[in-house]
Amino acid sequence: MADRSVLSAMWARVQTWEGFLVCALIFIVLMNTALSPQFLTVSNQINLFQLSIEKIIVALVMTFVIINAEIDLSVGSMMGLAACTFGFLFQAGVDPVLAIAITLLVGLVGGALNGVFIAYVGLPSLVVTLATLIGFRGLARVLVEDRGITDFPEWFDSLGQQGLIGPVPFALIAFFILFAILWVVLQRSGFGRKTYVIGTNREVATFAGIDTAKHKLILFTASGLVSAFAGLLYAARVGAVRGDVALGFELDIITMVLLGGVSIFGGSGTLLGTLLAILIVLNLRNGMALLNITGHIQTGVIGILLIASVLLPRLQLSTLFGARKRQEGSA
Amino acid sequence: MMRALSNLNPQTLRILALLLVLVLVVLFFATQIDRYLTGRLFNRVSSSVAIMALIATAQTLVILTRNIDLSVGSVVGFTAFATGSLIASVPELHPLLLVSFSMLLGACFGAFNGFFVAYARVPAIIVTLATLALFRSLLVEFADGRSITSSQLPQWLTSFPNTRLFEIGDFQFRAAFVVAVVIVLVVHVALQRLRVARKLYAIGSNPEAAEMAGINQKATVFVAFICAGALAGLAGFMFLARFGNITVVAGLGFELKSVAAAVVGGVNIFGGSGTVFGALIGAVLVDLIETSLVRWQLVSEFWREAVLGALILTAVALDAIVMRRLVALRAARHHEKREREVTGG
Repeated sequence: MADRSVLSAMWARVQTWEGFLVCALIFIVLMNTALSPQFLTVSNQINLFQLSIEKIIVALVMTFVIINAEIDLSVGSMMGLAACTFGFLFQAGVDPVLAIAITLLVGLVGGALNGVFIAYVGLPSLVVTLATLIGFRGLARVLVEDRGITDFPEWFDSLGQQGLIGPVPFALIAFFILFAILWVVLQRSGFGRKTYVIGTNREVATFAGIDTAKHKLILFTASGLVSAFAGLLYAARVGAVRGDVALGFELDIITMVLLGGVSIFGGSGTLLGTLLAILIVLNLRNGMALLNITGHIQTGVIGILLIASVLLPRLQLSTLFGARKRQEGSA
Repeated sequence: MMRALSNLNPQTLRILALLLVLVLVVLFFATQIDRYLTGRLFNRVSSSVAIMALIATAQTLVILTRNIDLSVGSVVGFTAFATGSLIASVPELHPLLLVSFSMLLGACFGAFNGFFVAYARVPAIIVTLATLALFRSLLVEFADGRSITSSQLPQWLTSFPNTRLFEIGDFQFRAAFVVAVVIVLVVHVALQRLRVARKLYAIGSNPEAAEMAGINQKATVFVAFICAGALAGLAGFMFLARFGNITVVAGLGFELKSVAAAVVGGVNIFGGSGTVFGALIGAVLVDLIETSLVRWQLVSEFWREAVLGALILTAVALDAIVMRRLVALRAARHHEKREREVTGG
């Protein structure tokens, strides 16, 4: 009997969205390992993270924004603007450390700009961040025009390109620290609970005494700040800055979050789901690269995966197995 | 002033305001740029609006039903490329057949989107975000490294967009522009007058109420996506005719431009209100500003996108604020009137 209840508890776990993602991840990793013995090495796994590190850092904050029933399309442009701001200041002879501080400030202000229009003017975030997607990119192009800026200081480049602790680079450490902090905030703090409540029903949240406008302002400001940070990481990793840095990244980032089981209508999803989706996307892309599948087709496959991620739970796995549905939202 | 204005239909008011902004923008640039107010400006703006107006119309149809189509750019790219390869291999094909082919192809893509949105009930933003990538990767696969060049196309196709139908002074009315405007106007009138088309507004305003009123929500949304796809396909044909050289990046970024045009044109992103004619003016405004900024000496052309973003944000913010004032004003007047009736009677 005891055995059976443990089994059924495990089975229930598998049937949650996160459980499904874990199974998919294991499957992909096994496939990849079969394809190439080089796959499951530490260096390949680090490399795989490193190549998309900027996107996955932003995906963490995007999880908050979407759970809050909003969306931030401007993240890719903000990453570009941040990288270009840094490049511009550096070229103008500003001390790199000061330049980094100013760049982060730009992210803060840009994010707050989004937040004010969404939270206080009351415009839909889809429209506001669409406008700033175009606007921030425009500012980035104004700053660097059609130049490319390189020759950053040695320490800046090596921060992005070399291992800080053993083979693990700074960006990856930053990602996991950020993940830990945000996990606590979202799943274990009042702020996190409010994020879910506002995402589920903003009116109810307002009546419950939550300052929803302030909450949204904080989220969008954070989104801008983290995007600027990610833009800096990009500049450090690539060692060069151009006007089209991070162009179109918003789609990949949103895909990762939605694939992680975060509902586009807000109110449900977990940070763990986002992390699993990130791992799936990275490993899948890596596996397809091993099979010599080109980048565009990889993106197409991720697109199919995105639709499937919403469709599959609808197909009522639960009715097939006679158990419970996809777990919505709870921590 | 506000009182007089509040008597007008909000949609009429929006269009009047947009036209006013359009005139102001033209006047402003006329003081800044030498030899600005010439027929060339009109010709330049009108030939690129011919494509964008169709896409903005497509986007409006979908947005009206509370959905969004982020895949239009990829649909335009694919249909432009496929139509180009078809005519390159079968040069004697009748023009009407070719146009039907591109619209049909677009409609198929639209049906794919529509099926998942309407029947599988996957949110439109997810479906079309996915098909934005999917259709583009299909194009890359289909193109297989080739590209279409204008030398492969028949003469009638490449000369079509520049054919002058009639001229008023320096203003040349070219075929592509005239066709696009006619289509926009037809769709506009249909949306305002036809019972079938009003369903789009009903669903966008209140899906539950629409369902209660006996409107088949699924079928209507499905059809809206198919129509949008067909219009995007037609835009693909126009794109091919205008540029002649098509690579796999054709139409990249059109989805955002079309949403921008619709939103600037007063189409509510949450559905239920807005007009196709407004979206057309939105497209003209966006294009006019882009074209003019390139020629403005005072700022570098790199400011184009930054200004565009600011424009969209301002337009939408102003619209929301003014509309809120109007609604409040109307409510107050309604209340006043009721009170007078009560005390009088």
